Amino acid sequence: MENFTPWTSLLGGALLGLSAVLLMLFSGKVAGISGILNGLLTPKKDDFLWRFLFILGMASSILLLVPFSIELPTVSGQPLAFIIGGLLVGFGTRLGNGCTSGHGIVGIGRFSKRSIIATCLFISVAALVVFLRLHVGAL
Amino acid sequence: MLNAIIALISGILFGTGMIVSNMVDPTKVINFLDITGHWDPSLAVVIIGALAVFTPCYHLFIKQRRHAINGKEFNWTKNTKVDGKLLLGATIFGIGWGLVGICPGPSISSIGNGSISTYLFIASMLCGMAIANLNINIFNKKCSS
Repeated sequence: MENFTPWTSLLGGALLGLSAVLLMLFSGKVAGISGILNGLLTPKKDDFLWRFLFILGMASSILLLVPFSIELPTVSGQPLAFIIGGLLVGFGTRLGNGCTSGHGIVGIGRFSKRSIIATCLFISVAALVVFLRLHVGAL
Repeated sequence: MLNAIIALISGILFGTGMIVSNMVDPTKVINFLDITGHWDPSLAVVIIGALAVFTPCYHLFIKQRRHAINGKEFNWTKNTKVDGKLLLGATIFGIGWGLVGICPGPSISSIGNGSISTYLFIASMLCGMAIANLNINIFNKKCSS
């Protein structure tokens, strides 16, 4: 557990929770990122701007952190893996109606049975895929 | 106007949370999923931190309200049924997540990293969503029958 960062994780998590509370209390919306993104692909009247601004805020939040000398890590690897991974994540989150934020935070916080089951399932499946990749040498 | 300001502030808070907790690093996410390797429980603590704020606020201040402060209805799903669509979707999402260690929140929060891999992932994810949208009726029929 040499990489464990409990305090920044707890702080970061609290910020995610605060974000979800504000968005729901003031606007009635679920802070589920796959759902917010998907609404940008299928725009409805009076339902586009808030999604766009939420995503814009997320994407530009690093600008506020640069003065604290926080940088985004670069990401690299097999291009094909990112393409397949992206397709599966996009398709799966639509079919399953949510991702780590919508199910894992808002859904579980609301004690939704669907979200609790979905979260346990996608974490277990992802852990199995990582096990097969790193320890069995498959995939 | 309120909606726009709240959306922007929530987005900034969300992105900041993702970056501060370093969930924008796929290696850190993979280390959480790698239970039999050098396990890093950080992601679980991120969810615990988020739930520690969201859960009491929801049950104390939001649940009993008839509508949000802006007067609109709450848009959470009324669906409580665990169906095949949910299980299949969560499984497919889990496979993709385990493959690269990136899920939707961290991908958008790390748009500023300048990495082609991140952009490939985001573009493919949006394609995956569009493909699902085009075929969602087939799954709706199959899973409700």
